[in-house]
Amino acid sequence: MSNTQMDDTLFKRTGKKTGTMLQYGDPDFVKRVEINEKDKFAHKAISNAQDAQWVKRETARAELGNWEGWRDLGEQIRQQCVRYLPDYLEEFSDNVEKRGGHVFFAQTDVEARDFITDLVKKKQAHKIVKPKSMVTSEIGLDKALLKIPDVKVTETDLAEFILELDHWDEPSHLVFPALHKNRDEVQKLFQKIGYTGDNDPQHEARFSRKVLRERFLEADMSITGCNFAVADQGMVNIVTNEGNADLSMSIAPTQVVVMGMERIVPTLREAETMDNMLVRSAVGSKLTSYCSFVSPKLPDEADGPEDFYVVIVDNGRSNALGTEFEPILQCIRCASCLNVCPIYRNIGGKGYGSIYPGPIGVVLSPLLQGDYDEFHDLPYACSLCSACTATCPVKIPLHELILKHREVEMNDKHMGDLIADTVMKVVGMGTGHSSLFRTALTFDHVAMNTIAKKGVKDSSGKRVPDTAKNLDENGKHEEWMPFVFGGWTKVRDLPEPPAHSKNFRTWFNDRKTKQYKAAGNDVEFNKEQAKILAQNPNTPDFGSYDNSVSARKAAKNGTTEPAPLSDATVPVALGSIEEAGTGNYGKKD
Amino acid sequence: MKVVIFSTCLVDLIFPNVGKAMVEVLERFGCETYMPMQQICCGQITFNSGYVKESKKVMHNEIDALMSVDADYIVGPAGSCVNMLKELQFHLPKGDDAYKAKAHEMANKTYEFSQFLYRVLGVLDAGAELDAVATYHRSCHMTRLLGERESPYILMDHVKDLKVQELPHIENCCGFGGMFSMKMPEVSREMVNEKVADVESTGAQILISCDPGCLMNIGGRFNRLGKKITIMHLAEVLNSNVDMSRVKYVDAAQRKAIDQQTLQHSNAHEEALV
Repeated sequence: MSNTQMDDTLFKRTGKKTGTMLQYGDPDFVKRVEINEKDKFAHKAISNAQDAQWVKRETARAELGNWEGWRDLGEQIRQQCVRYLPDYLEEFSDNVEKRGGHVFFAQTDVEARDFITDLVKKKQAHKIVKPKSMVTSEIGLDKALLKIPDVKVTETDLAEFILELDHWDEPSHLVFPALHKNRDEVQKLFQKIGYTGDNDPQHEARFSRKVLRERFLEADMSITGCNFAVADQGMVNIVTNEGNADLSMSIAPTQVVVMGMERIVPTLREAETMDNMLVRSAVGSKLTSYCSFVSPKLPDEADGPEDFYVVIVDNGRSNALGTEFEPILQCIRCASCLNVCPIYRNIGGKGYGSIYPGPIGVVLSPLLQGDYDEFHDLPYACSLCSACTATCPVKIPLHELILKHREVEMNDKHMGDLIADTVMKVVGMGTGHSSLFRTALTFDHVAMNTIAKKGVKDSSGKRVPDTAKNLDENGKHEEWMPFVFGGWTKVRDLPEPPAHSKNFRTWFNDRKTKQYKAAGNDVEFNKEQAKILAQNPNTPDFGSYDNSVSARKAAKNGTTEPAPLSDATVPVALGSIEEAGTGNYGKKD
Repeated sequence: MKVVIFSTCLVDLIFPNVGKAMVEVLERFGCETYMPMQQICCGQITFNSGYVKESKKVMHNEIDALMSVDADYIVGPAGSCVNMLKELQFHLPKGDDAYKAKAHEMANKTYEFSQFLYRVLGVLDAGAELDAVATYHRSCHMTRLLGERESPYILMDHVKDLKVQELPHIENCCGFGGMFSMKMPEVSREMVNEKVADVESTGAQILISCDPGCLMNIGGRFNRLGKKITIMHLAEVLNSNVDMSRVKYVDAAQRKAIDQQTLQHSNAHEEALV
């Protein structure tokens, strides 16, 4: 991978830790999982949301047609942005300034917070409105703002507003931050600010609307996130369903946009493509109710911010640049990987202890933090089912990057504990040396038979025959295993290995001996087999088939350079919104 | 037609019946089977745990073993392990070019059992009969990484008297995930509990899959909970009460039409396949 990005002075790696990630909740992963398991409501809410989103998302994507073509295009656009990040950032920053805005590059979360809090003081802002933004949570902005005397901060996204009232609770999902809160909790939280109604979500929403309207009208500063920064326009693209970002931006005279440094697209054309993919992936609709492109107010415009600041945040993102983790910067924060993740389904956002949960959080959190200290468990919170990789609209190989983290932890940083390390090395030897494995096959039954149990306990504690049939040959299984293997028997029974005389290899050898003897010899037996095969009407033109990800990867011959954007790469379905055949896709004037 | 049996460590260690059924089915359709005894494991146990260096020897051994017979095909009874064989070419360390080339060659002739039966041999009806209500668990690696979703359904469709119920949440992992099941038992338990409940909701007596790992996980949980189920690998199903007069073959053109139909049906219910 190219290292050219690193030469840019803007994000030159200093060798020092540049990022900090907010770690919250119990520091112990297993304790967090336990706590979450007890929250039956959140558990159910997440499962329901995942199931409902599955249908909505797939329907919205199917409407586009040729979804795979869109994914290829999305991947190429985002790869292009990341590869030429310094150039696009420079272009974007120049264009913001041309429009009368200001740009600040923050290498760390501290720099970003300090710049914004200084600005608040300088502008003597007292009433700040904030639409939903993950990056401001990431850099811990809310807490820093609240320390300034006489400053009132209002989260204007309904879900974030609810969290704010709950002592600034952290979001548990990138798109549905208050997924873990139910209507009764919301009712109680709203009572803090004068709500007297029932737990009907419609009544609650109406109440919040009234409160928030007042906050918008009195706001003197808005701090927003950014879905995409359009480089050649110097404009910021923000999508919401509640219109709260638009109200914040058009009323408050000062706007501060906080953006992760990778959140960039070259032109409006790519912004359109990415918005289409983002919204369909995130909430399963064609487009959000509001999709705005903002820049400082022009003399002939009726509203918009008079003062416009963009804070571009690195905070550890450059740790990924030029490494095998670089594809993670392609992410557009649609959170569809959370919505398909079976681990997220069961441990919830809070289980991860990072404000970026789910597969994206597993990969991103240690990278932003710059070490594995607080997040070393996260790469193991994954069954490698690869649903995330399959759903990602910009084709980030999420499960492969999770595996890569495991490799770094075990092979490079030697973070495995001594016992686990030894066990895995023994397994590595046993599965790498055929003589050792054959010895194991000879003795496994004898060794494990001593602790095997026959049958399962019924409700009275009496052992009855196994209820799962065909699980093992002789109705015996293990209920306890040593070392890491105990994790298996903690949850389910382990079938007892068959006796050596009954295992597959013994059977196979016996079968071959008998077959060859019956036919005369192996050549004769094979002739008989050939006769059977001849009855197959497909002989000799048998089919071949390979639809595997590996085959496609191999066909690409391992090239890492993204194909240049061209009209040829635009999917068919995009023809309706693209001017076909102009031959200038991705080119700048 | 020479076929090397990729036995997988799970069949060697735990499920001899799956291997037996697969060999019997393949030989019934005229394959000559070979079982190189040097083979052990595809390497997922160590590789997926982050012990990549320790996996090199495992990968070398498996490649050498499976390529030791000059066979037309390599066939295995586990979608996940078969996919790993196809991935080995990318997992070998930089500079290990000779083995990478050999692994690439190996990948091109490696098939999962149901895929081989339907897509290579063109078997539509394997002649089996099983009077039961069943449901099918689709394994993640076989579906998403190996890219094989339809073959098992098409083959099950033609088993006489077998009624296959749709499994709710078929897209979700059962909680196996190799070492994941042991390293994160608390999370894995929640996942397999939901799978058990979903299987029960179909009223199926038999749970069928093409991955022994998933069957060991779900079946093991059923047993721990004292709930009734029969687990069967698809090879065991296709090896039940076979009557050769029922056997039907299809050619490439017919397969294309069937695939299209099946694909449309399943795409309507879940995420579109690549």
